[in-house]
Amino acid sequence: MMGELRLMKGNEVIAEAAIRAGVDGYFGYPITPQSEVMETLMLRKPWEETGMVVLQAESEVASINMVYGGAACGKMVMTSSSSPGFSLMQEGMSYLAGAELPCVVVNVVRGGPGLGTIQPSQADYFQAVKGGGHGDYHAIVLAPNSVQEMNDFVTLAFDLAFKYRTPAVILSDGAIGQMMEKVVLNDFVPRRTEEQIRKQCGDWCTIGSKNHRVVTSLELDSSVMEKRNIELLKKYAEIQKEVLFEEYMVDDADYLFVAFGLASRICKKAIEMARAKGHKVGLIRPITLYPFPTKVIHDRGIKTKGILCVEMNAGQMIEDVKLAVECKVPVEWAGRYGGIIPSPDEILEAFETKIIGG
Amino acid sequence: MELKDIIKEENIVYKKSKLILDNVMHYCPGCSHGVIHKLIAEVIDEMDIQEKTIGVSPVGCSVFAYNYIDIDWQEAAHGRAPAVGTAIKRLLPEKFVFTYQGDGDLASIGAAEILHACNRGEDIVCIFVNNAIYGMTGGQMAPTTLVGMKTATTPYGRDVELNGYPMKMTELVAQLPGTCYVTRQSVETAAAVRKTKKAIRKAFENQKEKRGTSFIEVVSTCNSGWKVDPVKANKWMQDHMFKFYQLGDLKDATKPEGSEYEQYIKE
Repeated sequence: MMGELRLMKGNEVIAEAAIRAGVDGYFGYPITPQSEVMETLMLRKPWEETGMVVLQAESEVASINMVYGGAACGKMVMTSSSSPGFSLMQEGMSYLAGAELPCVVVNVVRGGPGLGTIQPSQADYFQAVKGGGHGDYHAIVLAPNSVQEMNDFVTLAFDLAFKYRTPAVILSDGAIGQMMEKVVLNDFVPRRTEEQIRKQCGDWCTIGSKNHRVVTSLELDSSVMEKRNIELLKKYAEIQKEVLFEEYMVDDADYLFVAFGLASRICKKAIEMARAKGHKVGLIRPITLYPFPTKVIHDRGIKTKGILCVEMNAGQMIEDVKLAVECKVPVEWAGRYGGIIPSPDEILEAFETKIIGG
Repeated sequence: MELKDIIKEENIVYKKSKLILDNVMHYCPGCSHGVIHKLIAEVIDEMDIQEKTIGVSPVGCSVFAYNYIDIDWQEAAHGRAPAVGTAIKRLLPEKFVFTYQGDGDLASIGAAEILHACNRGEDIVCIFVNNAIYGMTGGQMAPTTLVGMKTATTPYGRDVELNGYPMKMTELVAQLPGTCYVTRQSVETAAAVRKTKKAIRKAFENQKEKRGTSFIEVVSTCNSGWKVDPVKANKWMQDHMFKFYQLGDLKDATKPEGSEYEQYIKE
């Protein structure tokens, strides 16, 4: 049976998907361009419907630490923010990763650095994918390119977060957050009972017990701390199997575009234009930015004459693409930054000058 | 009479709480944390809420609080315990939640979190151990360091022009409508210990009745940080700290006439 079809904003659908997924708590702080997430939740009053807790915190620092408190209780908890707010959350992200707690953090990225602009950007790639906070850790990072995926990735992010007991990030941008598209909504899933939580998370969650459970990331003995790091690294190795990507017109491709999120949609138009001019271009879209689809980019990429990495930033993912193909083929960057969305014409022009002409 | 004749069940007047774990405490001799831990454990045990209580432990000297009391614990980032506690209580409203913080943790880096949790009236207990110094990092100035007090970062004594004034967090949170019980206690004498235990018990009872935030400051010593022996530290605290941080209830919403302090303010 097909789910309910609606026309919704990307940010609104995050809220709706959370309610329908049986999320226990949302703790957030308003920041453009994602404030509709909390606004939609407050309007919907899910505490009456499912018992979901929604709270406007005093800051992003407080909201991510509320997420920590809820996650440590085995609850499904989430927050959302945009770039400057996501920066403030990095302290909490590191603690969540260190204490091995599952949660979902949505970052609707805007241009930076600093206060920057409220227009869409992909300039938080490094911060989301490489850790962001202190210490050796990674969060799982999902990059939606449509309102439908904003919906779908809420459930997916929670599934992965609980499977690996680690924070999962939905790395969106101001355009996807604000755009309206049709979306097929999920059916309602009831919130887990305390009994179900004890069954699922009973060996680690702190919901009251005689077992003296302690959720912490502290360990003063360096040799023990190193072992904890080794365990985390094992987990990150395991997470590699969760890699997701989309391929578009790659079978006969002489050239590749690699782009994620909104940029990948622009690339599809640019590929259409390039192919009309006789250039066989294909696209690989990483859906998980961590784990990164290194293998497919390597295997496809080294058979091509060149790769154009299209990003709404000054060139961040390009480093991972170059590593993937071990610099065996030319890899160039194209895009815009500071909140500007590149046009298909600009991408085509960059492709012709940097890859074909290069 | 031999010792074995004296140590008999019928002669025991005091026992270690069964919730105090057998780990060797890392605190310096003379430190107040151990006593305060003991009181919390006794209250939880007496109320029979061990399996319903979640503690949020701090950063600083008492960072290992979770090693000593046999309940579920979450270790919070520096200053963030009230935010962590907020979420636990909101998501598990039938459980008992308390935070434990020192002066650097609560009054400095976590000033926003404590004020907002108290202002929202979160149904949690906040225990604030104020020894006017940063113990763990080696005795630097805290927001609560008294004027003229020498610390590693105020080697000539706290200078108001340079460092500002000591902060009275308890007076601040007493003004917030979300708090139901705000008190300042100490644990340097047997009488003081009994009063503090009564305050902690009252705070947990308030949580049971969903009355809002209970905030208990415990004025304490840090003989290592203050660089004096425990006896001198207690004497110095009584002579100087209590003058500035006056002991007693600042707010008690359970009393229709209000606390003594509230009555004093009214007059």
